[in-house]
Amino acid sequence: MELTRRDAAAALAAIGATGGVALGADRVRDSGDGASASDEGADPITDEQVRASLVAVARVVYPEEVSGVEAFVNGFLDGRLTGDPHARALRETVAEVDGIARSWYDAPIAALSAETRDRLLRELGADTAEEDPDGTTAERVRYYVVNELLLALYASPTGGELAGIENPQGYPGGAESYARGPR
Amino acid sequence: MTRSVGPSADRTPVESADVCVIGAGPAGGLIADRLAADHEVVVLEAGPRFDPADRIERQERAIRPAFDRPDVWDVGGDRDAHSNGGEWFYPLNHARVKGIGGSTLHWQGMVVRLHEDDFNSGSERGVGPDWPIEYADLRPHYAAAERELGVAGADDNPYAPPREQPHPMPAFSPSYSDSLFAEACEELGIDMHSVPNARNSEAYDDRSACVGYGTCQPVCPSGAKYDATVHVDRAERKGATVLDRAPVEYLDHDAERVTAAVYATPDGTQHRQTAEAFVVACGGVETPRLLLLSESSQYPEGLANSSGLVGSFFMDHLFAGMGGLLDEPTRQNHVGFLTSGCDQFYDEADEETGPFKLEFFNYDGPSPVTMALTGDDWGDALLERIRADYGNHIGMGALVEQLPREESRVALDPDRTDHRGNPVPEINWTVGDRALRTIERANEIQREILEELGVDIGWQVGPENTGPAYHHMGTTRMGEDPEESVVDAELRTHDLGNCWIASSSVFPTAGAMNPTLTIAALALRAADSVAAALH
Ligand SMILES: Cc1cc2nc3c(=O)[nH]c(=O)nc-3n(C[C@H](O)[C@H](O)[C@H](O)COP(=O)(O)OP(=O)(O)OC[C@H]3O[C@@H](n4cnc5c(N)ncnc54)[C@H](O)[C@@H]3O)c2cc1C
Ligand code: SF4
Repeated sequence: MELTRRDAAAALAAIGATGGVALGADRVRDSGDGASASDEGADPITDEQVRASLVAVARVVYPEEVSGVEAFVNGFLDGRLTGDPHARALRETVAEVDGIARSWYDAPIAALSAETRDRLLRELGADTAEEDPDGTTAERVRYYVVNELLLALYASPTGGELAGIENPQGYPGGAESYARGPR
Repeated sequence: MTRSVGPSADRTPVESADVCVIGAGPAGGLIADRLAADHEVVVLEAGPRFDPADRIERQERAIRPAFDRPDVWDVGGDRDAHSNGGEWFYPLNHARVKGIGGSTLHWQGMVVRLHEDDFNSGSERGVGPDWPIEYADLRPHYAAAERELGVAGADDNPYAPPREQPHPMPAFSPSYSDSLFAEACEELGIDMHSVPNARNSEAYDDRSACVGYGTCQPVCPSGAKYDATVHVDRAERKGATVLDRAPVEYLDHDAERVTAAVYATPDGTQHRQTAEAFVVACGGVETPRLLLLSESSQYPEGLANSSGLVGSFFMDHLFAGMGGLLDEPTRQNHVGFLTSGCDQFYDEADEETGPFKLEFFNYDGPSPVTMALTGDDWGDALLERIRADYGNHIGMGALVEQLPREESRVALDPDRTDHRGNPVPEINWTVGDRALRTIERANEIQREILEELGVDIGWQVGPENTGPAYHHMGTTRMGEDPEESVVDAELRTHDLGNCWIASSSVFPTAGAMNPTLTIAALALRAADSVAAALH
């Protein structure tokens, strides 16, 4: 099933471009002046790298049958990388994952094979961790990387349809579908 | 008058105010709106003014497992500290929101009238007191409240009390799962009917029709679900002054009148708001707390408390439920509200069994988004799990009445204080056997329906694991006798001639219907009484 930029826009309409309310990120380690990942010891990371890394992770955490992942993730990130403090914490966490990829596997996450990307995320503990924006590395990776992407997919119409619900929670899909029978 | 928002906004008192309303939920909002055109009205609200633009992000909090329900509207912390002293635990901060709009920011939006017998529990059912008013006294106010909130409903409920006008909007269509239930219910001779929603089935009152976000409880990003910001904003447009983050700490008074509401502002300053009339509309827990905090040498047991009953008779509705899996699609979780119910058994209530109403869920079982965010899997394995687990859940709920019990009460905790150093509310909640028997009875009918439908029953909420529906009632009860009650039939306190209470705290008994339409109807009635007193 093809994901489109329209799905990305729908996911954003559903869960929002970040900015106004400090979701969990205000509880993240307080780096004071809006400083970036460099203060945390990780290498600074450009938005292009953030996008490439998340597209690479999406290819692992999304099911095989979706296509159009790159455009979808990029469209979604257009909204999610603009506000603070969510965007800042998102960048920091991706930088951290990328730093770990470089030190364990000698390459940025985007350059690893799908199998290695999957293994890295599991070695980090992001599969069994419960998301927590100010938790351990595993919990933050689950929050800002894995669940960020899963939320985008499953709150979008195409993701909903994959799961068997045309109007997934978080998506304003109208007040008619609930009354219709299965097709 | 709109003053700017933010921590340093002008929060000084309004000069020569006629009416000071304390609390900006639906009760306070409706009264302020009713009086603002002809009177100088000031509203003091403990919580903040939330930015409507943030609702999508609050919705994300509602969906993401990292956040608890109270986090969605910033409930918790020292401001909202409380303690539990009773037999039953009460999760107070899941049950309220502080801010302009009050708990309706979080609510579900089911709005139903009480039945005629609910006003006469003592004489009709042999238990509890009668209310000092009848259904007929409230009937025109119910109709007005339905117009104010914007209620979508139909005239298809043979068990509902009499009404003369249709609901302001047509009811939402029944859900697909309602149609599955309907077959089973028909077989059993059980009647289903629509349920009224304070939710736009079409554009109403400058708010859009429901667009199906599906997160109604705890946040509706579109504004299709009514919340009390509607009335607070309207009151402001008519000239009322609304101060947010201005918790009232006590009411200054002499023997016969409240003279000032003493409130704090974010910078820690205390101010005195004087007025001709005061309306306390702080919800069923903070209302008795404020009266108890206002004790004086004149009223050592607390304000308006000559009866000694302020805080007593704390009640909530109890939940009973059951559900499981069906071997066909049930199409749950498209929307976050109910479309059908059954009031057939409501008026069978007597001394032994209380009234209860049945609900047919449209959101039973997990939604795919939640499943995705909470599993140990991703990729194809996750999708397979979602496809296997989403789609066949089906369930029912019920609300059950509990009787007023004097020992079930809200008191002040002498050992714990809030962010301002004021004793926090202590909830001592007890329930009683009649409610537990009623839950059993509701479970029996639920089981009958689900079995008829062929459901493999997987969960049950019964007497042993029931919990509250977040409706705080009874703590400043209404009555004719000042020794037996706190306010009179007009909601004016027996003790203080210029002080009214608008809240479900005035309900002498609870019935089993969600309380807010009755709160709204009573508030409109009290507004008339305040206006008459001011003239
Ligand atoms: C999850 C949930 C679901 C619900 N669903 C339904 C439903 O479907 N149908 C229904 O009928 N009801 C429902 N309710 C209940 C409904 O929300 C309440 O009955 C209703 O909001 C009560 O209105 P109120 O104005 O009396 O109090 P509230 O809405 O609680 O407002 C009181 C306001 O007073 C303010 N306040 C308190 N103390 C002070 C003080 N000292 N100084 C200044 N301000 C103060 C508070 O901050 C608050 O904003 C639900 C509630 C919850 C929590
Ligand atoms: S389903 Fe309707 S009422 Fe509920 S949140 Fe969505 S738009 Fe609001």
